[in-house]
Amino acid sequence: MQQELTLQDTIEGVARIIIDELKLEDVTPQTFDPDLDLIDEVGVDSMDLATVALVLQDEYGISIDEDDYPKLKSLRLIAEYVLAHAPVKS
Amino acid sequence: MKTVSSLLDSHWYQRYKRISQLNIRSSIYDVTNRCNLRCKGCFFFSSGEDKVAREETDPEKWAAFVDKEKQRGVNLAILIGGEPTLCFDRIEAFYSRMPTYCATNGLIKVPRERFPDMMVGISLWGDEEDEKRLRGQNTFRISSNNYEGDPYTYYLYTITPNQIGRTGQVIRKIRDAGLKVHMQLLSNDEAVDGFSWRQGELDDLRAEMDEMLDTYPDTVISAKYYHQVITTGKMLDRQFGWKECPSVTEPLDNREPKPRRLIHFIRWASDLETMHRCCTSATRDCSTCKDGAAHMSWIMVNKRAHMRSAEDLQNWIEVYEMFAKLYQFLPW
Repeated sequence: MQQELTLQDTIEGVARIIIDELKLEDVTPQTFDPDLDLIDEVGVDSMDLATVALVLQDEYGISIDEDDYPKLKSLRLIAEYVLAHAPVKS
Repeated sequence: MKTVSSLLDSHWYQRYKRISQLNIRSSIYDVTNRCNLRCKGCFFFSSGEDKVAREETDPEKWAAFVDKEKQRGVNLAILIGGEPTLCFDRIEAFYSRMPTYCATNGLIKVPRERFPDMMVGISLWGDEEDEKRLRGQNTFRISSNNYEGDPYTYYLYTITPNQIGRTGQVIRKIRDAGLKVHMQLLSNDEAVDGFSWRQGELDDLRAEMDEMLDTYPDTVISAKYYHQVITTGKMLDRQFGWKECPSVTEPLDNREPKPRRLIHFIRWASDLETMHRCCTSATRDCSTCKDGAAHMSWIMVNKRAHMRSAEDLQNWIEVYEMFAKLYQFLPW
């Protein structure tokens, strides 16, 4: 039986994806502030979010509606979104 | 990790915050295949784009089409042609539904009682001498009379190599007409003799564009970094061209690796079905394209690449502000 995803694990998983996909430097999944504003502070734009969304889809089995992008402003918010939309495991 | 606030002081951070939420999604629409001028170097006619699609003439179909575009996420309609002012009912289909910019040669006045705050960009191809040679008449005399003092109108001044050393006189005339001006460069699609750029000329022009911005800051809507990029074709050591251009119609864009691009951008023909390859003609050599909108979009879609230093990010902010002002997302 698979283990339930925790918020902390998901935050680190999302951080790893964002760091890899956006090639961010000088940050690790452990040091990435989960409440840092990705748009205003990291400079993430809608094309970045679309790129990240594709990987999240593969990794967590969720699809992210483009209309939801503006809500996904931090690692924590993305992780919460993932947990709320991830398929229920039996 | 570099963050925006670690790079910017409070003044620049406030300016950044003002634009970071705008999320502008534009597309371009050929309103008609017809024009009341035939300019040498106009990409629309020189590439035969006026013949690739029939014109949709039913106003209800235009209205339904714009509704679908809105649902697709477009929030800025850029109307080109042909000459859009030949078809006010089609312009109205856009204007009544979303922020709309209308490119025109200015020979026909947009009725302000019908389109009170629609942004209008009047094309201008130089001084009287160049206008007559390339366009067959001095359009400025008519367009400046039609739009004098209009707060929602600016000139889109396409500078030709002949204009070097002479842009000041054109810009003063625009200022005296109570209008604004934005500058771009001729791509000379029809290879008119004497109108192709040579490197030394582009260096001189860049210095002159900077001087115009410094001398007429209340008239010229521009940014020095934009001047640098459009005259050199280079941004952060990258070269503009097909592999980099952000203004390629999304459903036709099969480039690999995928460059950073305008999300959901499409340039539609006036049959409302046919898509053109990009914001200008598919016959144009991308390596020599001087399209102003493509170059400023190229900068804008590369925000994070400009986060390597405070100066780079400030340059990015100034170009984004310029774009937002040109389409009235920010006041002049």
